[in-house]
Amino acid sequence: MLDGILSGLTTAIMPINLLMVMVGCFVGTFIGMLPGLGPITAIALMIPLTYGFDPSTGMILMAGVYYGAIFGGSTSSILINAPGVAGTVATAFDGYPMAQRGEAGKALAIAAYSSFSGGTIAAIFLLVAAPALASVSLSFQSADYFALMVLGLTAVAAFAGKGQFLKAVMMTLFGIMLATIGTDPAAGVARFTFGSMDLIDGISFLLLAMATFALSEALMSILRPPKNTTAAEQAALKKLGSMKLSREEIKTMIPVIGRSSVLGFFTGVLPGAGATIASFLAYGMERNIASAKEKLKFGKGSIRGLAAPETANNAACSGSFVPLLTLGIPGSGTTAIMLGALISYGVQPGPRLFVEQPEVFWSVIISMYIGNIVLLILNLPLIPYISKLLALPQQVLVPFILFFSLIGVYLVTFNTMDIHMMVFAAAIAIGLRLLNFPMAPMLLGFILGSMMEENLRRALIISDGSISFLWERPITLVILIISVAFLMAPLLGVVRERLRNRRELPNDGEM
Amino acid sequence: MKNLTMFSRRGFVAAAAAIAVSAAAFGPVKSHAADMDSIHFIIPGGAGGGWDGTARGTGEALTKSGMVGSASYENMSGGGGGQAIAYMIEASDRLDTTLMVNSTPIIVRSLTGVFPQSFRDLTPIAGVVAEYAAFGVPADSPYQSFTDVVDAMKADSNAVKVGGGSVRGGMDHIVAAFAFQKAGGDAKQLKYVPYDAGGKAIAGLLSGEIDMLSTGLGELLELHKAGQVRILAVTSKERVEAASDVPSLGELGIDAEFINWRGYFGGPSLSAEKADAYAEMLKKLQETEEWEVVRKRNGWEKLYVPRAEFTAFMEEQETMVGGLMRELGFLK
Repeated sequence: MLDGILSGLTTAIMPINLLMVMVGCFVGTFIGMLPGLGPITAIALMIPLTYGFDPSTGMILMAGVYYGAIFGGSTSSILINAPGVAGTVATAFDGYPMAQRGEAGKALAIAAYSSFSGGTIAAIFLLVAAPALASVSLSFQSADYFALMVLGLTAVAAFAGKGQFLKAVMMTLFGIMLATIGTDPAAGVARFTFGSMDLIDGISFLLLAMATFALSEALMSILRPPKNTTAAEQAALKKLGSMKLSREEIKTMIPVIGRSSVLGFFTGVLPGAGATIASFLAYGMERNIASAKEKLKFGKGSIRGLAAPETANNAACSGSFVPLLTLGIPGSGTTAIMLGALISYGVQPGPRLFVEQPEVFWSVIISMYIGNIVLLILNLPLIPYISKLLALPQQVLVPFILFFSLIGVYLVTFNTMDIHMMVFAAAIAIGLRLLNFPMAPMLLGFILGSMMEENLRRALIISDGSISFLWERPITLVILIISVAFLMAPLLGVVRERLRNRRELPNDGEM
Repeated sequence: MKNLTMFSRRGFVAAAAAIAVSAAAFGPVKSHAADMDSIHFIIPGGAGGGWDGTARGTGEALTKSGMVGSASYENMSGGGGGQAIAYMIEASDRLDTTLMVNSTPIIVRSLTGVFPQSFRDLTPIAGVVAEYAAFGVPADSPYQSFTDVVDAMKADSNAVKVGGGSVRGGMDHIVAAFAFQKAGGDAKQLKYVPYDAGGKAIAGLLSGEIDMLSTGLGELLELHKAGQVRILAVTSKERVEAASDVPSLGELGIDAEFINWRGYFGGPSLSAEKADAYAEMLKKLQETEEWEVVRKRNGWEKLYVPRAEFTAFMEEQETMVGGLMRELGFLK
């Protein structure tokens, strides 16, 4: 293995490969920043260029584009609430409120440090344990995926502010309902499509995220009264570019990054999950384990709520290379395109890749370290300038956001129906937001709901319709117990508080 | 990414190559006069699918061999391919230089009513490549041959769970049910577990939740060579070149050949002369080195169904698939 790592290192530091890491990271960051355009588009654009390259070089370039896009996607999530890629939707939950507070520079810096740490820590895991992890990725069955999605849904509490719990649950259910539109995952029958061909493939997650976040936010800002620039606000505008983190804030971030890298990486390793699921799981977990006081900050610009999904999505992105390279199994659309590219280079990823072309395998992993450093160097100096975007007057910024969100979604499918659907969804979202319904739980329900249904239906078919799969496998059972514990924990807290109050005020009951 | 179309994943393998080709396709054209100035391909799915790979691969070989001056491509996804078919019919008058790529799903989906049209509403040109399906088990599976599996299923239909990368009633299910039926079993007894993509189905097979996987040969081949999966049979009459150590169903005495073909269609008002010219051009293409390169790179099997036989070929498949679906209760 050491020989392999060394040959990978020599390959990775060849000038052409170093150049490709930089090109990949740059292109990835740029495309990732544009709302709607994600790694799939970016990689598809790069493939013609890589044709005729050495397999390692081509793969290094594409990997750079992939994690570069996830890195860059956070920028538009934070600044204009328009997720650059699906994996950074959760980043907007706390990143955007932070930017609104006048801390855009800080938010971008936290995102950059978290992404860097997540990517680097995951690359270490890859280096040490990739071959062994291949078998872990195969130990998950449909029942376990179902349990994992249930665990993800317990994060709904994370989005509920004071007295908002019921609304959050309603929105989660609404999201799950929206996920049932399209073709039934088991029987292949069209559901809720009203006979329209455009709905047969369902609603795209990115479309929904862009409509409910970017588009509705931009339109809502028109409804709000125009800002009077007060002295305080001018000070805030000056502060926009500042990326200074206090020691206290760094201390808060470190454990979050630790936890989220591990969670993100393992979620990425599973062939059925990916960066988007990882970011939602990490956000939910962080909220679930936070203290009651901390919990209130989530969704309002919490550092933990920003660092967790940003770390997890980059870690998951590296993790997804495990099933791709060691088994030849693509876990997501992006890795599927990379698999196709590898095959066209004459490289067949799979268990034999280690033996036959170790330099391809190891050089890609080693290039990830280099790439993450490149990304940090590339992004940090840009932050002060890019965050000034928010200082643009509303009448310039709003049309700009509208234009990029609509174009971004259209460019994915080239279907004009998507634009209509997006405007329609944005209109509904504005109505719901005016009534104080939170949007994030709906996206959570939507993304987890379709996977939950698919895996539940499969688990039921496998177990002949019996629900015994819920407790038959240890992995399933453990995950479900954790989910129940997360749900019960706040209740226990309430009960304990009541008991304590009763003891302190014995006459309370009589009053 | 939501990918609910029934067969799209198969083409991911071809995807990258295909996208690569789009750049190459505009490269220098050989000096001798091309048969046609330009050709436009309508691809009913997004970039990176199987149809995309086929169209762009064909375009690459056509332009590189100098048979066509330039090729352009248009992805028109939606409605499981129905959107593109509707366009071909509506705009037929303007589509003299346009061909649409399609494959076995056009038959399956018009039977199940995903879209109201069928291949009869278009002008079939020719079938150009084939892919066979295959059945695989994990390396440590007790089943050594396809007949072992059939015997186990006959003894206890719940004993063998068969997975595939399509919904119930989709292609992978039909292929497995067809082979089981022709081996003397009851197609309705087959216990089928659907996955939404081939990659996930393979992960399911290796995790042990299903006992056998029905999917495209190309997807199983590398894992078979690596010794993680054992392919029990290929749905061909004779052994195929790509997997010479694997028995064909024909060899096992099971007459259940299944070809997943890919071919081209013109708009309904395309003249017979034009259609013949396209078919002739695609036939000539089969002999070129450029086509061999594309074909080998994507692992496609050789196939050419001429225009005269193409409709009958599809009708035969339609009868088979339709009959089986009726038996399985997916059609009335």
